[in-house]
Amino acid sequence: MSKEAIIELTELTKKYDDITAVDRLTLSVYQGEIFGLLGPNGAGKTTTILMLLGLCEPTAGKMKVCGLDPTYQPILVKEKVGYLPDEVGFYENLSGLENLLFTAALNRIPPATARRRAEALLEQVGIADRARDKVQTYSRGMKQRLGLADILIREPEIIILDEPTNGIDPEGVRELISLIRELSRERGMTVLLSSHHLYQVQQICDRVGLFVDGKLIDAGPIKELAYNLFKNDPLLLEVEAEPADEQLISLLEANEHVSKVVRNGSRLNIHCRQDISAEIAATIVNRGARLTHLSRHDYGLDEIYHRYFEGGS
Amino acid sequence: MRAALNKIGGLLRRGTPQRKAKQADQAPHPFWAMVRKEMADHLNSWRFIILLLLMLLTTVASLYTAISNLGSAIAEESASSFLFLKLFTATDGALPPFITFVSLLGPIIGIALGFDAVNSERSRGTLSRLLAQPIPRDYVINTKFVASLAVVAIMIAILGLLMIGIGILLTGIPPTVEEFWRIFFFLLVSIVYIGVWLNLAIMFSIRFKQPATSALSSLAVWLFFSLFFTMIVNLIVQATAPTRVTDVSQLIGYQGFVQNLLRISPSQLFSEATTTLMVPTIRTLGPVTIEQAYGAIAGPLPLGQSVLLVWPQMTCLVAVAFIIFGISYVLFMKQEVRSRL
Repeated sequence: MSKEAIIELTELTKKYDDITAVDRLTLSVYQGEIFGLLGPNGAGKTTTILMLLGLCEPTAGKMKVCGLDPTYQPILVKEKVGYLPDEVGFYENLSGLENLLFTAALNRIPPATARRRAEALLEQVGIADRARDKVQTYSRGMKQRLGLADILIREPEIIILDEPTNGIDPEGVRELISLIRELSRERGMTVLLSSHHLYQVQQICDRVGLFVDGKLIDAGPIKELAYNLFKNDPLLLEVEAEPADEQLISLLEANEHVSKVVRNGSRLNIHCRQDISAEIAATIVNRGARLTHLSRHDYGLDEIYHRYFEGGS
Repeated sequence: MRAALNKIGGLLRRGTPQRKAKQADQAPHPFWAMVRKEMADHLNSWRFIILLLLMLLTTVASLYTAISNLGSAIAEESASSFLFLKLFTATDGALPPFITFVSLLGPIIGIALGFDAVNSERSRGTLSRLLAQPIPRDYVINTKFVASLAVVAIMIAILGLLMIGIGILLTGIPPTVEEFWRIFFFLLVSIVYIGVWLNLAIMFSIRFKQPATSALSSLAVWLFFSLFFTMIVNLIVQATAPTRVTDVSQLIGYQGFVQNLLRISPSQLFSEATTTLMVPTIRTLGPVTIEQAYGAIAGPLPLGQSVLLVWPQMTCLVAVAFIIFGISYVLFMKQEVRSRL
């Protein structure tokens, strides 16, 4: 993956009357990566996306998408960027295939090429057997798949997905996510997706940006985010030992990598800076106690989310 | 001047190979792709079929009254010319003639084709997807207007030609060239008139998020002009009528004022334009003094003079259509694009 920024935002700001939807956002998205915009509803994710497409004007700040400014060259930007809006809509009285062909016509794709691509894409997103049925008979998940095909028919450099998994059942989400990942790897496309679903973002994204109240709090790979956030105690070991008395606790705390030990029912939560499971096990066993359980706990997005959105902000 | 001509020539020359290339890979311009889709939507919809049936019914009904009254209509007037136009204007009083039907139902056609133009796209979530395509934003509204107007033109052309065709079959008299042109102009004015209402409906469809609201507001405007407007003008007339008439010019001036008030309504403009076109014996739309009428030779106006007489009305209708379209254009271009809001 080359480290070339394909989307660059500098101090981007959008104000509606007295509400600041996006506040001095500075962000770079690199060629070929999957970037997740994560944040609760109303955090400014959709507004940012609309600005990237030139569909709404920023109050201040600079944008560069594929080297173009969306505010002044929206059509050129839209030729390179595919956008799947939240709750995508299709012409219900047309079939899925007809909808795709219409999109192709808007992108000046010659009919023969368009038909070939549409058939291939419908096959790829798994709705080829329903391609000739009217869209009004499609389920939510099928429409979302059709939406993916709809943006891919233009062969864009960047695809932007706004809440792509909203309202789809878990199995559908799983399939959709693997489809997105597959497509991105296969075609080397940059993917920008917004979501408020932690686990989905965690599964798919190379890097995430955390949005709260129009501000970007932090951006980076999830592991890095977790590390920044839990710098002092990045690792948590859960230990169950018999007997777990005060003496054992003080012995464990004596280890230089352990920051603190907290008693949690019958278990001990050991916050440490490095993975020292082996040393801890040795300490317990040498003390003559019985070690019945030891597990390492990684910080996932859930913890990050909670820290930022509940404790932090 | 020469430079400009060269430039145009260059454009034309450059245009030709482009057209050839286009034929080779057959990718239509996005604008026409959108127009085609809109037209297909209209033509496939129940709405269009219902409107067409309604208009066909009207045609048959007005033809029936016209034919049954043709005899008396001819006997009344010594001028036996323009018999064919009587098909469009003759009536027994029970059923209105074709031209009145068009002025009555035309707005309904316009409103029916336009009232959900933009807000239905918005509520179906297709607007944001459409705007994310590499097309200029105004294509959306321009194509809607062009496609709907084309559908209106098709509908009116069907009806007009049907009237002529059935008329020839029933009466056995073909229309003269002048009659044909008069009918042609009448149909053209009808299309423009319906275009005014179409634009009004499109404007409301941009302004209001609910199709029901925009349909209702368009209908309200239509009702206002077809029912209440004359009443209001009558009230104004009663209140401002000069109590003592001192001379003729005052009376004529006042009459002109009232007439101009009435002309605020597009349907008034339309009916003035169409009656003058279809009834060639109408020589003026304003008041005529006896002195003026005294020396005049009773006879129909030639086509050119009729058109000249209603040129202001036709210009006004076109202008109104453009003004409303301009307002809708600005409204649309300034609107926020949020999915389904």
